[in-house]
Amino acid sequence: MNELVEFVSNNLQLLYILILAIFIGVELIKNVPSVLHTPLMSGANALSGVVIVGALLVMLQAKPDDYLSLGLGFVAVVLGILNVVGGFVVTDRMLQMFKKKK
Amino acid sequence: MNITLSIIYLFTTIAFVIGLKMLGHPQTAKKGNLISGVGMGLAIVATIFLHDFEVPTINYILIGTALLVGTVIGYLIAIKVAMTKMPELVSLFNGFGGGSALLIGLIEFGNYSEDATQTSTIIAAIIIGSLTFTGSLIAWAKLNGSMKDIRLPKYNLINNLFVLGLIAFGAYIVMYDSTSLMLIYLLLAASLVYGILFVIPIGGADMPVVISLLNSLTGIAAAITGVLYGNMVMMVGGILVGSAGLILTFIMCKAMNRSLSNVIFGAFGGGDVAIAAVGKTGGTIKKTTASDSAIMLNYASKVVIVPGYGLAVAQAQHVIHELEELLTKKGVDVTYAIHPVAGRMPGHMNVLLAESNVSYDKLIEMDNINPQFPNTDVVLVVGANDVVNPAAHNDPSSPIYGMPILDVENAKHIIVNKRSMNAGYAGIENELFFNQKTSMLFGDAKSALTELVNELKNM
Repeated sequence: MNELVEFVSNNLQLLYILILAIFIGVELIKNVPSVLHTPLMSGANALSGVVIVGALLVMLQAKPDDYLSLGLGFVAVVLGILNVVGGFVVTDRMLQMFKKKK
Repeated sequence: MNITLSIIYLFTTIAFVIGLKMLGHPQTAKKGNLISGVGMGLAIVATIFLHDFEVPTINYILIGTALLVGTVIGYLIAIKVAMTKMPELVSLFNGFGGGSALLIGLIEFGNYSEDATQTSTIIAAIIIGSLTFTGSLIAWAKLNGSMKDIRLPKYNLINNLFVLGLIAFGAYIVMYDSTSLMLIYLLLAASLVYGILFVIPIGGADMPVVISLLNSLTGIAAAITGVLYGNMVMMVGGILVGSAGLILTFIMCKAMNRSLSNVIFGAFGGGDVAIAAVGKTGGTIKKTTASDSAIMLNYASKVVIVPGYGLAVAQAQHVIHELEELLTKKGVDVTYAIHPVAGRMPGHMNVLLAESNVSYDKLIEMDNINPQFPNTDVVLVVGANDVVNPAAHNDPSSPIYGMPILDVENAKHIIVNKRSMNAGYAGIENELFFNQKTSMLFGDAKSALTELVNELKNM
């Protein structure tokens, strides 16, 4: 119990941010028309590629002789950027259909 | 931390929020996607160049190569794949994100072993990253058609016990043995297996819901990794995706008239079962709202309105004319399909619509309109039932078998406005309402159409 109290008091700011971010996410998505569900899912998927920032940090801090970290980090960066680029491009393609055809 | 970097991260976070917001409206969606994309690009470039560590050149070369390889492959996959394959592609990319998170967790394991909080975040990143990785790949394979639903006996029980076991195992590592590589590989393997077990029993029709859920989990994995590095953009971005994805999952379930537990623990997940459920006793119907229907109509190029007795009862002929004019003004080709026995007397509809000054050449007789349905984007059925009941074609036991009907089921989408699910004049079920392409807009014809008109005016 003491540990929990300590954790909360040490990370109060963090908790505020997390909770507010959860509310923003919910508010943003409420009342979205169902035709947009798939593009929205795809757009959110592209955003989850933000994990690439972590992969980059790993690579930046890896020692040049730490082959395991470098190797795994390399794959992590490739996967992360695949998620980002692929996610945004696919979403963009899906949204083409909302261009009003005249 | 570098102050410029922090400010750029702040901008990226704002771009994510605005981008997500704009993705929620058809007009702004494309721009919203672009804005979040630019934000993401900024964050990536800033992370690489604005930092305080000594970085060997070889690391830069490796980073550059990785980015280049991933960008080219990702772009090519995204551009080449057919539009019909989009959902599985989203799943594939989502799996990659999960894979990235799990690798980060794996690399960082042991680097923070003295701090229980940090170790917990690493363990959580590994578990969630792994299960979204394999789960998304399985979802991708299933949508691809290269894999079938597999239901082990008692799979619900097994999966629930499995997830509890994973959490207990993770907790054990944090508390007693936060340096053992062997245990972490075991945990990794178990999480990967769980991802497979989680997705494999879920029916094909429910896949989009599962993908949305996995997507939400990838966001949470990203946020957890962000906590590890104290990195704001990862934390906030990840949580945004996590909560938005979760809500979207619920919305999607609701649109299908299902609950999330129903999807995951699958009362009737598979496509075949769903079709079998359609019949005399009914099946699943898809409810829609005025705003959804308005968007559908707004972006259609050909709309056919099928009026019926319900239109007459509700005295909605003036509103429907207003709707038709509004759509025509927006460049949509709108006509009315008149079934000879629609309403309670022959010609009932013609009279009714003529009363509200609908131009006569817009009223098309059954035999002329039927061949046009296959290239109709949206059929709007207002208060008609038996005249669009496919049972007339394919159910010899039906009292209306053999009656000529309007073949609306050939159109791309069907919106049915009815007051309730009550059967029509002939007192029989209408399987059209359970058709995959059909959305039900419940409500009195007049008020439902008025809402539709108002929605359209706001677009």
